[in-house]
Amino acid sequence: MFRQIAKRLMTAIPSIIGVIIVTFLLTRVLPGDTAAYFAGPAASEQAISEIRAKLGLDRSLPVQFVAYVQDLATGNLGTSLTTGQPVIEDIRARLPASAELTLLGLLISILVAVPLGILAAVKQGSWIDHLCRIVATAGVSLPVFFTGLLLVYVFYYILGWAPAPLGRLDFFYTSPTTITGFYLIDSLLTGDIEVFRAAWSQIWLPAVTLAIFSLAPIARMTRASMLAVLASDFVRTARASGLKPSKVVMGYAFRNALLPIITTLGMVFSFLLGANVLVEKVFAWPGIGSYAIEALITSDYAPVQGFVLAMAILYVLLNLAIDILYGLVDPRVRIEA
Amino acid sequence: MNVHLPANHIQPPLLEVQDLTVEFATRRGAVRAVEKVNLTLAKGETLGIVGESGSGKSVTSYTVMRILDRAGRIAEGTITFGGVDVGNAPESTVRALRGREMSMIFQNPRAALNPIRKVGKQIEDVLIEHVQAQPSDAKEKAIEVLKAVRIARPEERYHAYPFELSGGMCQRIVIALALACRPQLLIADEPTTGLDVTTQKAVMDLVVELARERNMATILITHDLGLAAAYCDRVMVMEKGRVVETATAEAIFRAPRHAYTRKLMRATPRGGITLRDLLPEEIATEMAPLGVKVPPASGQPLLVVENLIKEYPRQSAVSSLARMFGAKVAAPEPFRAVDGISFSLAKGESLGLVGESGCGKSTTSMMLMRLLDPTSGQIIFKGEDLSKIPARTFARSPWRSRIQMVFQDPTDSLNPRFTAARSIADPLLQMGENVSGPALRARVEELARLVGLPSPFLDRFPHQLSGGQKARVGIARAIALDPELVVLDEPTAALDVSVQAVVLNLLHDLKQRLGMSYIFVSHDLEVVRMLCDRVIVMRAGGIVEEGETAAVMAAPKAEYTRELLSSIPHPPIY
Repeated sequence: MFRQIAKRLMTAIPSIIGVIIVTFLLTRVLPGDTAAYFAGPAASEQAISEIRAKLGLDRSLPVQFVAYVQDLATGNLGTSLTTGQPVIEDIRARLPASAELTLLGLLISILVAVPLGILAAVKQGSWIDHLCRIVATAGVSLPVFFTGLLLVYVFYYILGWAPAPLGRLDFFYTSPTTITGFYLIDSLLTGDIEVFRAAWSQIWLPAVTLAIFSLAPIARMTRASMLAVLASDFVRTARASGLKPSKVVMGYAFRNALLPIITTLGMVFSFLLGANVLVEKVFAWPGIGSYAIEALITSDYAPVQGFVLAMAILYVLLNLAIDILYGLVDPRVRIEA
Repeated sequence: MNVHLPANHIQPPLLEVQDLTVEFATRRGAVRAVEKVNLTLAKGETLGIVGESGSGKSVTSYTVMRILDRAGRIAEGTITFGGVDVGNAPESTVRALRGREMSMIFQNPRAALNPIRKVGKQIEDVLIEHVQAQPSDAKEKAIEVLKAVRIARPEERYHAYPFELSGGMCQRIVIALALACRPQLLIADEPTTGLDVTTQKAVMDLVVELARERNMATILITHDLGLAAAYCDRVMVMEKGRVVETATAEAIFRAPRHAYTRKLMRATPRGGITLRDLLPEEIATEMAPLGVKVPPASGQPLLVVENLIKEYPRQSAVSSLARMFGAKVAAPEPFRAVDGISFSLAKGESLGLVGESGCGKSTTSMMLMRLLDPTSGQIIFKGEDLSKIPARTFARSPWRSRIQMVFQDPTDSLNPRFTAARSIADPLLQMGENVSGPALRARVEELARLVGLPSPFLDRFPHQLSGGQKARVGIARAIALDPELVVLDEPTAALDVSVQAVVLNLLHDLKQRLGMSYIFVSHDLEVVRMLCDRVIVMRAGGIVEEGETAAVMAAPKAEYTRELLSSIPHPPIY
């Protein structure tokens, strides 16, 4: 098993190398001059070139690249010019925030979308099928910043059920000791129920916003996949053998329908992680998406490269997790691995 | 008072279907799939339901089990099974009957099993559902069931997944699943379609033996009249949702009363007849006689195949990647799909390539078609070694138009967005014959006439054509460039017997008329006997026997050929 995983990770090496090269080049060819930006609008030509020399941007591209790779090898991702912090520290602080939000959003989405999709497939053409279609279409057609603002308006402004959308934790509380970086988990691990409740009250609204957006692909894929499997020969055999409908649907059909659903989940997760910038903005969430966007706007190379690299590695790990899940679900995949 | 009653009055029939009519709701209103079907079945009796596609034979049996899909419903009639009114009983009652009192086995056994659950577990599911086992002793009982269907090493097979088993083995598992709870009625829906003849015989023998052992009633649904007659007490023939005739197997063969039964019987390939005998009498007499078989012209043969080998590497993605990184991983022994075969084909000759699945006959035909590169060996066509031209560029070679193919599945081998005319014109356009407009249309219509496709059908799309018409389109496309060699890969396997009869005759007449040579790949020895001059029997990539078809069929030399021949089901009177 571990050898399989190690071998599987080996296959990711070429793509990581590719990502390093492409992000390096891409940040260099983007319009905008970092040195000029940081020197300020009134800086003289000389001041700009001094900053350029200090940042090492006056050297040739290959030299810069070698320096970059050498830094990478020692775990140094450079320093962000905007925050003044090492990029690796920034990412370490912000990635868990995004990951926690995204995972919770995805979890809520799965809990709603998968049963909805199954019911829609089993009772095809019934009211629940139409409900599934309407919910999914509505969720995906509203932009996340709009759903987010709407939820804030309703639950914070009108009903007062949620606290002000200002980050991961109200400033009355100190963040729990970092174990996993997920406040919900860390607070439980340290036994601090108070903080857990506070963290929960902050996170549920943005998580629901993300969930609403990601309902559609999961529900639609569950429905389509279930419909295909329910029409297959072995489901007919199971019915002809007199198995209970619950056994036929959940035990036989659903497990077989899982593979495309897992694939969709992986795609939705990686997509959300990078693309939830708008949700992070609306809820002042100190996540990695908003961090990368700000860095990009200011032509701050190091954080952008760090972000892309972090995403690439995350994607590789995610795909590995999906492959392992595949193997657990489907014995045929295990053989081919 | 002691009145002598006939046997079936003492014991009510196990299954009684009266005036059964089944309707399907479609977009164009209700369609009647089955109309006024009556049947009775006593314990221990075997009934064959025979018919071509669309005859309603499967729908009848699904209705008895009440596993019709949502769109279907019983419009009229009653089904009584063991005193239970199946048609009107609540779902829970019928569910308790399914699998315990009446079971079903299916066509395509591999697909009929849950692909991601161990076969042993699937049997356990049924046993536990019907309280025939407790979770504690389920495994033991499942292995017993596997033993009952004569599966070797049942303890090991218990842990197998369907994809690890052969088709015949999968069908045994499906039978085990169906018989696990010792039902009184077994419905077998085309249980051997798609299986090899030897496997077919083994599976059918097993079913019949188990049925006799347990005094179980059996319904065998099949398109193969020969199979039904060989294994059933009574045969019921269905056409377009109606029963046309029910009689004992022998009576059906000796004196078929209904015209449709006669037609079906004539169309069934069997020993001692010619291609023309497959067609209904009135048509057969109108057609030109088959013509005397002319001995192939001596001189240069059209095609010579010498020591043809095709190997497939057995490799996994991981090891090839490791090799990419320079690691020394020993390459596993390659698998030989075709193992050094040699033969020749004369001009105007037709050669049958026969064997069971996995014997390499399809790989051979793909190499002859130059769609696949051989590992080694020569394919000499009219003196030119075609194996030197890579398969990748062969489509642009002028030789391409000389060798054409008719594919197995008439539906899948047609572009669904091309009309029949466009499909037939395709090779003409691709091979740059420089015809267009009215000339092209005229050529397409001429080809359509040759294959007997009326020209109004030319502007239809594949889904608007019947199986036989699609087969004709496929043949017309293959002969469009006047090829000298046509490779036919089981061209009639997906067709009903009556359509097969027509297509086989068409193929024969076209060959006579256009002077082509055929390589006819098939698993059906009787069909090969009627169409081919010579036959090659293949097994495990090699040639087992080769010779004049009549001679090989009459006096097979190889043990394997004898086994194949003896596995063909023989109706009682032949």
